[in-house]
Amino acid sequence: MTARKWAFEDFAEGVEIDLGTKTVEAGEIVEFASEFDAQPFHLDEEAGKASILGGLSASGWHTCAMFMRMLCDAFLLNSTSQGAPGVDFVKWKKPVLAGDVLAGRLTVLSGRLSRTRPGIGFVTWRAELKNQKDELVFEFQNTCMFLTHEAAAA
Amino acid sequence: MTLEYYLGIGRTITLGSYLFEAEAIKAFARKYDPQPFHVDEEAARNSVFGRLCASGWHTTAVWMKLNLAFRGEAWAGHGPAPEFGPSPGFKNLKWLKPVYAGETVTFTRTAQDLRPLASRPGWRILTLHSEGFDSTGDKVIEFDSAVLVKAG
Repeated sequence: MTARKWAFEDFAEGVEIDLGTKTVEAGEIVEFASEFDAQPFHLDEEAGKASILGGLSASGWHTCAMFMRMLCDAFLLNSTSQGAPGVDFVKWKKPVLAGDVLAGRLTVLSGRLSRTRPGIGFVTWRAELKNQKDELVFEFQNTCMFLTHEAAAA
Repeated sequence: MTLEYYLGIGRTITLGSYLFEAEAIKAFARKYDPQPFHVDEEAARNSVFGRLCASGWHTTAVWMKLNLAFRGEAWAGHGPAPEFGPSPGFKNLKWLKPVYAGETVTFTRTAQDLRPLASRPGWRILTLHSEGFDSTGDKVIEFDSAVLVKAG
C-alpha cells in the first residue's frame, strides 16, 4: 500500500472505484435490527418469509451502515476525508436478504474546490450495491469533502 | 378515527430523546464507520470536528429506533390496524452539526402525505419529514423519507 492518500484531485469526474464485496450474515442482520430497527422481518426468518420482503432482510439503515463500511475499507480510511454534509438520496431498491453477497461500485460525478475554504474540495459521487444475482439493491448519491494533496501535506 | 389522523398527517410528533455516549459512538463506528473522529478521542481532537462525534449513520439509526418505539394513540378506525412495511428510501439527508459525545438529541417526525400505491393494491405510501435537535436547540439532522403502509 502506498503512503499516498486519496485526496481531492484523485476524484476526477468519471473515476470509478470498486468497493469490493460484503457477505450479509443472518446474525448481523438480527444484531443491528435488535438495537435499531426491531421489526419482525428484520429479526426472524419466518416473519421475513411471511412479509412482502420474502425472507430475513436487513434494515435499510443497516444496508447504509454496511455500505459505509465498504467505503471506509475501499479508500475512505486512506484519504483526506473531512466528512460529508449529507446524502442526496438513498434508494432501497430490493430487499437485502441473509446470505446475500453485495458488490459495490462508486462513480465520481463531479468535483469542485471550495470558494471559501482554501485546500478543501467537494466531490459528488453516485454508488450502487448489487447482489449475487446482479440485481440492483441500493443506490446512493452524496457529496464528501476532501483536502487537496497540497493542504494535506502542509 | 381516520387513517390520516392515525398516521399524524400534518402534525409534528416528538419521538423521544437519546443520549449519545462516547462508548456507544465508538462501538457503532468500529463496526460500520471507523473513521478516526468516530472511534478515538485523541484523533478527533486533531480532526476537523475537534471532538469525538457520532457517525451520521448512527444518528439515523437512532432516529429509526425512536421512530419504532414511539407509540401514539391506538388504532380506533374501521378494520384491522394499519401495518407498516418497508421503505423505498430517503432523500435530502443533511447532517447539519456534529453530534458530539455526551450530547442528547431529540427527534421529530412529521407525516406529510399519504397516497395509494398503484403497483401494490391495499398498500399506500406515507411520506415523512424528520428532524433532530441537540440540547442547545440546534438542528443536527433532517431528512425526507417514505414508508409503505398496509391499510384497508
